Amino acid sequence: MVVAAAAWEIPGVRTLDLAFRDPGQGFVFEPGQFTMLCLPGIGECAISIASDPGGGPSRAPRADAPTLLSHTFRAVGNVTHPLARLVAGDEVVVRGPFGSAWPLETLRNRDVVIAAGGLGLASMRSAILHLLRHRAAYRSVTILHGAKHPGELLFTADYQAWREAGATILTIVDRPADDRPATSAMSEACVAPVAWAAPAAVGCGGASWSGPVGFVPALLDTLDLSPRDTSILCCGPEPMMKAVVARASDRGIAAHDIWISMERNMACAAGFCGLCQFGPAFVCRDGPVFRHDRIAPFLAVAGL
Amino acid sequence: MNDGVLAAAAHQPGSWHRLARRDLQHLIDVLVEAGHRVVGPQVADGAIVLRDLAHADDLPHGWLDEQDGGSYRLRHDPGAGPFDHVVGPHSLKNFLFPPRDTLQRWVRVAGSWQEQAIPRDEPPLAVIGARACDLQALAVQDAIFIRADYADPAYAARRDRLVVVAVNCRRAAATCFCHSMQCGPAVTHSFDLALTDPAEGAAGDAFAVEVGSERGAGLLAEVARRTTVGALDDEAIAAARRVPRDLESRMHARSVEPGQPRPRSLDTEGIRDLLFDSLAHPRWDEVATRCLSCTNCTLVCPTCFCHSVGEVADLSGDHVDRDRRWASCFEIDHGRMHGGNARPTTASRYRQWLTHKLAGWIDQFGTSGCTGCGRCITWCPVGIDITEEVAAIRASSAPDGQPAAGHEPSPSPPDAPP
Ligand SMILES: Cc1cc2nc3c(=O)[nH]c(=O)nc-3n(C[C@H](O)[C@H](O)[C@H](O)COP(=O)(O)OP(=O)(O)OC[C@H]3O[C@@H](n4cnc5c(N)ncnc54)[C@H](O)[C@@H]3O)c2cc1C
Ligand code: SF4
Ligand code: SF4
Ligand code: FES
Repeated sequence: MVVAAAAWEIPGVRTLDLAFRDPGQGFVFEPGQFTMLCLPGIGECAISIASDPGGGPSRAPRADAPTLLSHTFRAVGNVTHPLARLVAGDEVVVRGPFGSAWPLETLRNRDVVIAAGGLGLASMRSAILHLLRHRAAYRSVTILHGAKHPGELLFTADYQAWREAGATILTIVDRPADDRPATSAMSEACVAPVAWAAPAAVGCGGASWSGPVGFVPALLDTLDLSPRDTSILCCGPEPMMKAVVARASDRGIAAHDIWISMERNMACAAGFCGLCQFGPAFVCRDGPVFRHDRIAPFLAVAGL
Repeated sequence: MNDGVLAAAAHQPGSWHRLARRDLQHLIDVLVEAGHRVVGPQVADGAIVLRDLAHADDLPHGWLDEQDGGSYRLRHDPGAGPFDHVVGPHSLKNFLFPPRDTLQRWVRVAGSWQEQAIPRDEPPLAVIGARACDLQALAVQDAIFIRADYADPAYAARRDRLVVVAVNCRRAAATCFCHSMQCGPAVTHSFDLALTDPAEGAAGDAFAVEVGSERGAGLLAEVARRTTVGALDDEAIAAARRVPRDLESRMHARSVEPGQPRPRSLDTEGIRDLLFDSLAHPRWDEVATRCLSCTNCTLVCPTCFCHSVGEVADLSGDHVDRDRRWASCFEIDHGRMHGGNARPTTASRYRQWLTHKLAGWIDQFGTSGCTGCGRCITWCPVGIDITEEVAAIRASSAPDGQPAAGHEPSPSPPDAPP
C-alpha cells in the first residue's frame, strides 16, 4: 500500500493513512483488528487499524469497503521508527486484517464505555468511528481516555466532532505537566529529519490543564452507570486494564460485559510462530480482543 | 516405478513382508534413484544423529545409547542391530521445519516491492528409522502447520512428499515415556513402511516390514524387483506385532533399580486443569534456581514450533528474504514488547514451556504437545526432568487449596458467540 498522508499526532506518535494500490480488492475489516505493517529489509510489526471500517461490520466483501486504512503508532523500535519516517508516496507492505474484533453488533441498545489508556485509544479509534456512525443504535457512547500528561492525550483534534456525533468524552492525566523532555533521546535521533507539530488544542507544557489528575478507573467512578446495561471496551497497558476491570467489577458490571484488547510479541499473526501465546490462547488469532471472563484466570497471573 | 504398479498390488497397505537386514541397501537405493534425499541415523559427534544416508553400513550397527537426565552415552554392543538405539537429539522437525527457512522473497523494482515465488524444488525427503514418538510429533506438527484455513507452504511442500520408513522399538531408554503419552512404542500411523526386528536378544538377520501406504507399497514392490522380499505367515506377523506391545508392557512395569537411571513415566490424568490451576505454585521458582534458560529443551523437542522472523537483505537493499528461525520461549526476546517483557523471569519462562506443552496445547490443537520422547530430559545440561516437575506439582497441589487459575473455560475462537 502507499502512504497517502502522514502526520504526527503527538510527539513520537505518527498516523499513516495507507491507500490501496488496487482499490477494487475489497479489503474489509472489523474494528479491533490489526494488520502487520512490513518494510522489506527492516521488519514487520503489528498495528491496529485506526480508521472507519465503512458501512456495516461484516467480513463479507462490500461495495463500501474502505479505500484508506489508517494506523496510529508510537515510534519505539526497529520497525516503528523507520515507519514513522515515511511520507506520502512511500510504500508499505501490509498483511491482514488479523485477529478478533470488538463485539459491536452485540452491544446494540447498550451503554458503551470505551476505556483507553495512552496509545490504546489508537486501537479503539476504529470502534469509536463505527459506534458514532451508527450512534442511534446505541444508548450511549462514553470515551474515557487517560494519558501520562496533557500533551500525550491522543486525537484531541477529533473530540469536538466526536462530541457532536453523540459521544461523551472524559480525559484524565497522570501529571498535569510534562516534567520530562518532550521526546526521548532515541526517538529524537531517529525522527530528527521530520518536524512534528503538536495539535494546537493541547499545550505540551500543561500549564493550562484544569481537568482531573489520576488514572482511567477514577473516570469510571464519575459515571452514573446502569451496570446491567453497560459494556466496557478497554485497551491500554496491562496494569491499566486490570485496574479498569477491577473498578468495573466493583461497579457491578459483569465480567462477560467487559472486553479487553491484549498485546503480545508477534511475528506471524497467523497462529504459527508461537510468540504471542497467553495461557491457552494465541493473541493474534484468539485475540487481541478477549471477553474478560474468558481470560480472567490468566490475566490475574503475572508473567504469562 | 510406474511399471511397479501391478507388483505393488501384492504389497498393498496393511500387508507384511520379510526383508533381509543386508537388503536395506536396496531400499536406500530405490529411494535415491526415485530422487529422494535419504536421511537416517548415524554415529557422529558422540551421538546418533539424523544425517544423509547413502550406505546401509553407515547405520549405527552395534551401538546402543544410554540416556538419563543431562546424560547421553553411546555404548558398543556387538549384538545391537541398526535400530536398537532410541531417539537422539534430532527428529523429523529438523528436516520438515528446519532451524532456518525462507518464507518470502521480495525484490524492489523501480522503487516498488514485488513478492517473488520461492522455488520449492528441494528433492523429496525420505527418513529411515523414525519411531512412534517421532510419528506422533509429526502428527502434532502437521496440526500446527497444515490447517484447514491455511497451510504453511514450506512445511506443506516437504510434508506432502515425505517418505517415512519407521521402526518399531524393541528397547526403550530410561528417559522414554511414550507409553504414558499413549503414542508408543508401537508404530500405528503416518508411515509408509515400518520395520520390526522380531528377534529376541541379539539383532536378527531380517525385518518384518509392514506396508503403511500406497507409496510404501510402490517402494517395496521396487525393492522386490531387485531382491527377495519374502512372505510372512500369520504367526510371524503376530510375533512382529508383539515386539512393541511387549516393550510397552515392560515400560509400564518398569521400576527403579539401584544404580540404574530412573525409568520415566508421566501421570496425565486431568493434567490440563492440574497445571492451569497451579500457575502460582512455588515449584516454578524452585525449578528456576536450576534452569539455565539455555533453550536446549525446546531445540531438541520434536514438537516445539516457536520461531521468529527476520529480514535478510543484500547490499543493495533491493533483494530481501524473510527468514524464519527457531525461537524458544526461554529466550529473553520471546515475550519482549514495548513497555515490558511478558515473561521476564526464568520461572515464568519455564512455566510457559511446561504449561504450553502439557496444558495449553490441548486447548490449541486437541492433543498434548508432548510425545514422551524424553529428549528434553536427556539434553538438559542440568537434567531438569519434565516428568519430575509435573510429579512435584501434582504431589503438592492440594485439591482443597485455592487454585490460581484455570477453572474458567479457555478463550473461544474469535467468532464464537459471546
Ligand atoms: C494486536 C496489536 C496491536 C497493536 N497496535 C498498536 C497500535 O495501534 N499502535 C502502536 O503504537 N502500537 C501497537 N502495537 C504495538 C506494536 O506492535 C509494537 O510497539 C511494535 O511491534 C514495536 O515494533 P518495533 O519493531 O518498532 O520495535 P522493536 O524493535 O521490536 O522494539 C520494541 C520495544 O523493545 C525495545 N527493545 C528493542 N530491542 C531490545 C533489546 N534487544 N532488548 C530490550 N529491549 C529492546 C524497544 O526499545 C521497544 O521498546 C500493537 C501490538 C499488537 C500485538
Ligand atoms: S516435551 Fe520433552 S519428552 Fe515431550 S516431546 Fe518434547 S522433548 Fe520429548
Ligand atoms: S529446562 Fe534445561 S534445557 Fe530447558 S532451558 Fe532450562 S536448563 Fe535449558
Ligand atoms: S503472532 Fe505468531 S502465533 Fe500469534
